[in-house]
Amino acid sequence: MASVGECPAPVPVKDKKLLEVKLGELPSWILMRDFSPSGIFGAFQRGYYRYYNKYINVKKGSISGITMVLACYVLFSYSFSYKHLNTYHLAFLTSEHERLRKYH
Amino acid sequence: MNENLFASFIAPTILGLPAAVLIILFPPLLIPTSKYLINNRLITTQQWLIKLTSKQMMTMHNTKGRTWSLMLVSLIIFIATTNLLGLLPYSFTPTTQLSMNLAMAIPLWAGAVITGFRSKIKNALAHFLPQGTPTPLIPMLVIIETISLLIQPMALAVRLTANITAGHLLMHLIGSATLAMSTINLPSTLIIFTILILLTILEIAVALIQAYVFTLLVSLYLHDNT
Repeated sequence: MASVGECPAPVPVKDKKLLEVKLGELPSWILMRDFSPSGIFGAFQRGYYRYYNKYINVKKGSISGITMVLACYVLFSYSFSYKHLNTYHLAFLTSEHERLRKYH
Repeated sequence: MNENLFASFIAPTILGLPAAVLIILFPPLLIPTSKYLINNRLITTQQWLIKLTSKQMMTMHNTKGRTWSLMLVSLIIFIATTNLLGLLPYSFTPTTQLSMNLAMAIPLWAGAVITGFRSKIKNALAHFLPQGTPTPLIPMLVIIETISLLIQPMALAVRLTANITAGHLLMHLIGSATLAMSTINLPSTLIIFTILILLTILEIAVALIQAYVFTLLVSLYLHDNT
């Protein structure tokens, strides 16, 4: 009987998890993923449930489970409005954000 | 400064595509569903709140009016979460757009009125004339009541838009005033900062109250018409 550390048959690249893929195999791994709409939706669903089961669906969930989501939402909205906050208007009308960035 | 002030109300786009759809679809992610009786803390608190609001809102309706309970409870939850999420920095609040509030108000009001006209037409028409009016005033009063009926969806939409937009604008203005005064005069900065904190508390209250008012008025229109 094989001991715990040995793997008798090689696992195909497609089914490996990301941390087990070797660096040379990375492009072929990315190309073999399922990019159809149902595949992408499945990926979002798995990601959602992974986060949910780790932080929220526990016996003594704390407030950090939801504050992490809100913090990500704030960063996401910031990245959206980054371009507009940095638009250069007239000389005496530079945006506050731009001034804080340049002269910090 | 003028363009800067209203910039946060522009609907966000990614390469021209409306990203506002994504932002409107975000609140349901924060409200999970469950098939168990005993749940985690998040679901338990949310279910308790929902039970509280739905009992409070639907007691005054009869059986026919209570068929609307799913619609009204999801309405108040949507408006409340969207308004509260809009208080976070840099976020976009969909309820500041008049288009969205009109899209919410007009179908709900029209549904309530048409339900009333279809079932009890005499009662529905009787709303146009309050009791005990002197006879010469009747034609004018019917016109006035018709106008006040037709203006209800507009008032619903504009009320929500104006309240949330005005609150956000005030916070922007006073926030930038605090920043500007911090280099000039420190004690007045503290005063203005206190005003900002009070405004934030007010905004949280306004966010919730506006949701409540919207839903309450829709349910009132429903009550009149069932």
